[in-house]
Amino acid sequence: MRNSNPIQQQETEVKSEIFNASRRDFLKLGSILSGGLLLGVSFFSCDDKGNKTTSFAPNVYLRISSTGEITIIAHRSEMGQGIRTSLPLIIADELGADWTKVKIEQAEGDEKKYGDQNTDGSYSVRMFYKPMREAGATAKLLLMQAAAAEWKLPIEECDTENGQVVHKSSGKKIGFGELADAASKLPVPGADKLKLKESSQFTMIGKATPIVDLHEIVTGTAVFGIDAKIEGMKIAVIKRSPVVGGSIKSFNDQKSRAVPGVVNVIAIKGATLPATLKTPQNGVAVIADNTWAAIKGREALEVEWDLGPNASYDSAKQIAELTETIKGKGTTRRNRGDFDSARAGAKKIIEHTYIAPYLAHATLEAPTALAIVKDGKCEVWACTQNPQGARNVLADALGISADNIKVNVTLLGGGFGRKSKPDFIVEAALLAKEAGHPVKVIWTREDDIQHDYYHALSVQRIVATIDKQNNLSGWNHHIANPSISATDDNKVVQPSDGELMLGASDFPYNVPAIKLETHDATAHLRIGWLRSVRNIPQAFAISTMLDEIAEARGIDPIEQSLALLGEDRNISFAEELVNTTYPNYGEDIANYPWETSRMKAVIQRVAKEAGWGKDLPKGSALGFAAHKSFLTYVACIVEVTVDADNKLSIPSVHYAVDCGTAVNIDRIKSQFEGGAQFSASLALKSEITVKNGQVEQSNFDGYKIIRMSESPKEIHVHIMQSDAKPTGVGEPPVPPFTPALCNAIYKATGKRIYKLPLEVGNGK
Amino acid sequence: MANYSIQVNGKTHEVDVMDDMPLLWVLRDLIGLTGTKFGCGKALCGACTVHLNGNAIRSCSYPVSAVKDGKITTIEGLSEKGDHPLQKAWEKHIVPQCGYCQTGQIMNAASLLNRNPTPTEAEIEQAMEGNLCRCGTYNRIRAAILEVASK
Ligand code: FES
Ligand code: FES
Repeated sequence: MRNSNPIQQQETEVKSEIFNASRRDFLKLGSILSGGLLLGVSFFSCDDKGNKTTSFAPNVYLRISSTGEITIIAHRSEMGQGIRTSLPLIIADELGADWTKVKIEQAEGDEKKYGDQNTDGSYSVRMFYKPMREAGATAKLLLMQAAAAEWKLPIEECDTENGQVVHKSSGKKIGFGELADAASKLPVPGADKLKLKESSQFTMIGKATPIVDLHEIVTGTAVFGIDAKIEGMKIAVIKRSPVVGGSIKSFNDQKSRAVPGVVNVIAIKGATLPATLKTPQNGVAVIADNTWAAIKGREALEVEWDLGPNASYDSAKQIAELTETIKGKGTTRRNRGDFDSARAGAKKIIEHTYIAPYLAHATLEAPTALAIVKDGKCEVWACTQNPQGARNVLADALGISADNIKVNVTLLGGGFGRKSKPDFIVEAALLAKEAGHPVKVIWTREDDIQHDYYHALSVQRIVATIDKQNNLSGWNHHIANPSISATDDNKVVQPSDGELMLGASDFPYNVPAIKLETHDATAHLRIGWLRSVRNIPQAFAISTMLDEIAEARGIDPIEQSLALLGEDRNISFAEELVNTTYPNYGEDIANYPWETSRMKAVIQRVAKEAGWGKDLPKGSALGFAAHKSFLTYVACIVEVTVDADNKLSIPSVHYAVDCGTAVNIDRIKSQFEGGAQFSASLALKSEITVKNGQVEQSNFDGYKIIRMSESPKEIHVHIMQSDAKPTGVGEPPVPPFTPALCNAIYKATGKRIYKLPLEVGNGK
Repeated sequence: MANYSIQVNGKTHEVDVMDDMPLLWVLRDLIGLTGTKFGCGKALCGACTVHLNGNAIRSCSYPVSAVKDGKITTIEGLSEKGDHPLQKAWEKHIVPQCGYCQTGQIMNAASLLNRNPTPTEAEIEQAMEGNLCRCGTYNRIRAAILEVASK
C-alpha cells in the first residue's frame, strides 16, 4: 500500500477491471442488498512486465436497482473539493443516467473492498478518471444489450439518456430499473468492446454540477466528525504534552473529578521521540457527560511534565541559525552547467534570503473522532482523509487485526492534509477501550493550533547571475527546512526528494547553470503536509526572485518567463539530478511530462484575461507568477491597491489553469477561489512561532486567517480547453498566488518582500 | 448546576447544567441540535452563530444562564423546509466547500437581513467580518447575500 506521504505516490500506472458482483453476497452494505445490477470495479497496479501487483486494489461499486435507483459507493473522503460529486458524476455521464436518481454512499474504511482511500496529493480525479468512465460504459452496454434482446432490435440502434435505454428511430424507451435484472445475467464485456463518449457528447463532465451534500449543509443536517453520536457515548478532552516528545511525570485529577459531569480521567501513553505520524502525544484525558464538563475538567487538571529535549527550542533562533548556515555550501541535489563560472563572469549578481514560517492547518472543524471498542472489535466514526491508514494504525494500537476494525468516514470540515493523520482517532480508540464505553474525542481550537503536524518553516537563499549579454546565466537555490520525514525519523535533517520536487528540483527555466543545494535543519515539532506543501515557500522564493531579475534585466516578467521556458519541449530533469530522484507526483514522466508548451499557454492566457500592461491608478498594480504543481499548470495575476494609509486590498485575481480534462467546472473554480483565499491567509497573516518548545499561538486571535473584508474580491478562473488526462486542482491554486501578490505589492509600493507573512496591511 | 427552561426553535427545553455552560453545548450536547458548530469557543470565528430574538449571537460565548426567556433560533429552525431565501441563494451559488462554517454564515447573514434588508456590499462585509471560512468561500457568500438583498 502507498505510504501516507502524498509526495511519494504510486510509481506505477493504475489499471482497472470490471466484474459482475450482482450474485456475490459479501457486500452487505447499507442499501446495497441483492437484486438489480451490481458492478464492481477493481483497481490494481502493474509491475514493469505488466503483471498485476496485489498491493493496490481500490474497488468502487455501481448498483442499478430494479426501481431504477443508481447507487455509487464513493470511496474517497469529502472535505470540500467535491470528490464525492466529481467521481460519481463521471460514471453517471458515461452511463447516461438521470443524475437526480443517483445516490452517493460513503464507503467505510475497508481495504479489501475499496483499497487505498487516502485523499490527499490532489490525485483522486486524476487516477480514477478512466476507470470511472469504463465502469459507466460497461453498465451502459449491458443495459443496452438487455434492451436490444427484449426489443429484438440491433444494439447499434440503441443509446442511453436520462436513465433510459432509447431506440433512436422508433422512440421506444425502457428505464434502467426494468433492465437491471436481465443485465445482471449477462457476461461483463471486455474493455475493447466499450465505446467511450467523445468529449462533445458529455452531458455533465466539463459542466457545473452542484455538490451532493449541498442541501444537508445549508440546513445543518450534514454529519461532520464532531456530529457523530452513538448510545452511551461520553466526551473526552485531552491535555497533551505542551512540547513534542514530552511525557507525564505525574498528575493530580482530584479537582477534575469534582467537576459535575466528569466521569473519568485517563492517561494516554503516547510517543516520545520521534513523534511519528501515527502515535498520539502523551496526555491526560478528562471524560465527561458533555463537552463543557470535559473542558472544565481539563482546566482543573494538574499535570507535571517531563518536557524532553525539545523544551528549549525556539523557532526564531532556528531561523536565525539557518540564515547563517545557508550562506555556506550545501549538499548538491541538482546541477547543470557550471554555476561558479557563471558567477565569475557575471555583470550583475542578485542574492536574497527568503524566510517563511511554520503554518497550522486550522481546519474549521478541528480533529474529532468517536470510537467504540468491544469484544475485540473496534468501530470508529471520524473526519479522516485516510480511513485505511487509520485502520492499520488502530490495529497496531489496539493489538487486534484490521479485519475487526471498521472506520466510518463522516464529512470533513476541512482537511488540507491534517486529517490524513490518525493520531486523534487512535486517542479515541485507546480511551474507549480503557473506559469500556464509546468515547468521542473533541479537539478544541487551542488543541488544534498547538498540536498540529505543522507546515515547516524554511530559509532559502537564491543567487542569480546576469551576464554581459543581459541574459540570466546562473541560478543557485539553497534550501533549509525541517523535513516531513523527520516526524517519523528524527535523524533526517535534509529535505526529501519528494519535498524538493515541489517546485525546487523541477525548476523548469532554461538557465545555462543551475545548482540546487540543501542544508541541515532539525525538526522540533511534528512536521506534516499542508495544502500544496513545499510548493508554498519554494514558489514564493523562485517567482519573486524571477520578478526581481526581470526588473534588473529591464524586461517584462511575463516575456521573461515565456523566453526562459524556451521552445516547446518536455523536461525530464533526470540527467541533472544529483543523489535525488524526481517522483513526478507518483506518475510516470512519460505519461505526464513537464510540457513547456502548456505552461506558456496558461501564461499567455492569464496575461490576456487580466489585461497585463494596462494603466492602473497610482497605488494599484498587477503582479504575476506561474507555477506547476500536482501536474497542473497554473499562471496567476493578482491586482493590489495600497492606499495612502498603507492599507492593502486585493480587487482582483486572474488564474489560468490547465488541469487536463475539466471534470466539474464549478468545483474547479471553487477550488481556485478557495486556493486564492488560503494563499492570501498565509501570505498576509498566518504564522506559528515556538518558544521554550511550545507553540505561542492558540486560537484565531493569534493564528490569523483572512476575513471577508480583506479577502481577494473578484477571482476569475480561466480553464484551458483540454482532452488530456485530468490532474489535481485542490492544491495547485495555492503556490503562485503568494508570489504574484508580492510582485504586485512591489510594483505598487517599491517594497520587495523576502519574509512571510508580509506586514503590509497586517496592522503590525 | 441549575435548571433552565429555554425556548429553542419554538419549543421549550428543560436542562440541568452548570451555570456557565455556553449555549452552544446546551444545543449540541443536551438538546441534540448539531447544525450549530464549534469552531473556536472564543467568539472569534462565528461557526456557532444562532439568533437570540432574531439577532446573531455567538453561542460558544453566551452562557445559558443569560438566555432567560429569550427566543433562540438555530439553523434547524431558520425555515420550515430549508427554504429561507438565504438557504436557496446558498444552493444556487453553490457556496459551500467543506460546509462546516456555512450554518454560522447563514445565521449571521439572516440576522443582518433582519436588521437591514438591503445592505450594501460594504455593510455585508462589515457584518460578516466575524465569520471565518477556512475554505475561502467569501466571494460566493457575498454574492449570495447580495442577491437576496436586491430582491
Ligand atoms: S465557535 Fe463561537 S465564534 Fe467560534
Ligand atoms: S466551507 Fe469550509 S470552512 Fe467554510
